[in-house]
Amino acid sequence: MSPLQIFQFALAGLAANKLRSALTMLGILIGVGSVILLVAVGNGSSQSVQNAISSLGASSITVLHTEGSAAGSPTSSTTAFAEPQNLTVQDAQALASAQGVTAVSPVVSTSETLSNGGTSDSDVSLTGTYPTYLASQNDTLSAGAPFTMQQVDTARNVVILGSEAATDLFGTANPVGQSVLVAGTPFTVVGVLASKGSSGLVSADNTAIAPLTTVQDQLTGFGTLNNVVVQAKSSTLVDTVEGEITSILDERHHETAADADFEVLSASTVLSTASSTARTFTVLLGAVAAISLLVGGIGITNIMLVTVTERTREIGIRKAIGATPGVILAQFLTEATLLSVIGGILGVVAGVLGARFQIVGVQPVLVAFSIPLALGFSVLIGLIFGGLPANRAAGMRPADALRYE
Amino acid sequence: MTGGPHLVIRLVSVDKVYGTGQAAVQALRQVSLDVMSKDYVAIMGASGSGKSTLMNIIGCLDVPTAGKFLIDGIDTSSLDEHQLAVVRNRKIGFVFQSFNLIPRMTALRNVELPLSYAGVKPAERRLRAQAAMHLVGLADRMNYQPSQLSGGQQQRVAVARALVTAPALILADEPTGNLDSKASQDLMGVFDRLNAAGRTIVLITHEADVARHAKRVIQVQDGRIVADNRVTAPDALPPLLAPGGVPS
Repeated sequence: MSPLQIFQFALAGLAANKLRSALTMLGILIGVGSVILLVAVGNGSSQSVQNAISSLGASSITVLHTEGSAAGSPTSSTTAFAEPQNLTVQDAQALASAQGVTAVSPVVSTSETLSNGGTSDSDVSLTGTYPTYLASQNDTLSAGAPFTMQQVDTARNVVILGSEAATDLFGTANPVGQSVLVAGTPFTVVGVLASKGSSGLVSADNTAIAPLTTVQDQLTGFGTLNNVVVQAKSSTLVDTVEGEITSILDERHHETAADADFEVLSASTVLSTASSTARTFTVLLGAVAAISLLVGGIGITNIMLVTVTERTREIGIRKAIGATPGVILAQFLTEATLLSVIGGILGVVAGVLGARFQIVGVQPVLVAFSIPLALGFSVLIGLIFGGLPANRAAGMRPADALRYE
Repeated sequence: MTGGPHLVIRLVSVDKVYGTGQAAVQALRQVSLDVMSKDYVAIMGASGSGKSTLMNIIGCLDVPTAGKFLIDGIDTSSLDEHQLAVVRNRKIGFVFQSFNLIPRMTALRNVELPLSYAGVKPAERRLRAQAAMHLVGLADRMNYQPSQLSGGQQQRVAVARALVTAPALILADEPTGNLDSKASQDLMGVFDRLNAAGRTIVLITHEADVARHAKRVIQVQDGRIVADNRVTAPDALPPLLAPGGVPS
């Protein structure tokens, strides 16, 4: 009995009940397709987060102002804990003297409504900073020029618009040189940022950047900075610079690590947190899909059990004319495996096609290993879930099987 | 089929018991039987007499509870299910009451099936199956599905399938049970000619009309052989083909 012959018998068996075979394959198709697609969605969202973070610049370090741990529990505070202090422009200037630092940009941020006579744009995130901020954020201008350090020193009313804010306010017209009202005060537009795209729900383009002094003067006041962006000479120096920043600020604020009123973040630390979150997300999606693959496998067992019962008489005939238990086992295992493999191949096609479309705002990115893995699993599922029914068929006693009505 | 007369079937004190304990049913009691090559045997009995059990044992579809059963010199008591399947394939050709062709397979493919299981190459398989179809007079029906054939034609396809492997024994269980009298006569004519050509045939039947074709008629009752009548010698022509035989 050649394998080809067994294969032909199995195909004929499947063809005998086309609708039933197709529905069983559909179960595997959905299982395999969803494994591939959902893993691709998880992978795609993790990549878009990574892209967003690395676009901030691999060599930039952000020092965030925090309330400090002592502020949270004033009753238990002792003299060992210093009061949390503001993050100041003087702190930023002190950081500029550290080794391996090329630029330091103090940042205040606020959300303001911008308007241009008729049209207005609310909730624009307005950043007050130094011109060096643009380079450390990998920002480039599509029109105009950045404001200068001199304009910062003299607190001039100039603003650089994000690409979305610019189109909202001016449409297709060139905004450079035009006037825009920021919280009622007229500012002159000096430049427009190139688009950075959106990362998830928040647009990175609905922004505006103005000199630090101007924003403090007119909007936020001279309290604490929100953060300081420190540009290291190269990405390999990031760890060293982080350590220097911590020791300089600890000394200036008389803090210890336990009650620090600031936090130092580099792109790499944010990246590792974000990618571990994304990995959890991918595993979770994969697990849900794997369950549907399992359900598809149980569908195969179910339908093969029905098939074997239905064809008891045929099995009896085949045995009477000389089919050995091994040949019967092979025929039904092949039938089950064909169901799962054809379903699996169609599932791969469906998954790959599905991954071409955006799903809830995420562009799926196929994970190469998920395709052979899902196909391999579908073969395995055929063998495992087809095993019970095929074994039952092979073990039938021919005299009983022939009597079966 | 090979050489001179030899034993095709030998049963020695065969018992068959179904079930155990209180529910045990003794279907065969101490049955002993020898069948020589070229013989044409009819086994008769009412339903429940044990003739179907006897046919299952002779057909290697079931094994005796006690006693010995040899087919073509092979002792079957020591064989496992795999080896029994091979014996069925090589030594026995079955014809069943309900035809038992596999649906959705052409007549020719049905006839090829035992050769497939024997591992015969496709080209030779086709030739031998075509020859068998010619022998039963269905050369023009080879590519029909069983459902497109009449009962008589289906049963002749089954006969072709039984003889295609050139088995030591053709075993027919109530072959005319589902056929009208015309189709029955045609089919028995096929069996007569096969026997005249040297095939050993064992028929299980309860119809005296069918048994008239055999050279030896065995009566089974309550699991025992109660009569064994020799009509003509094993190597003679079947009674209804012999000169002076009255065609039914």
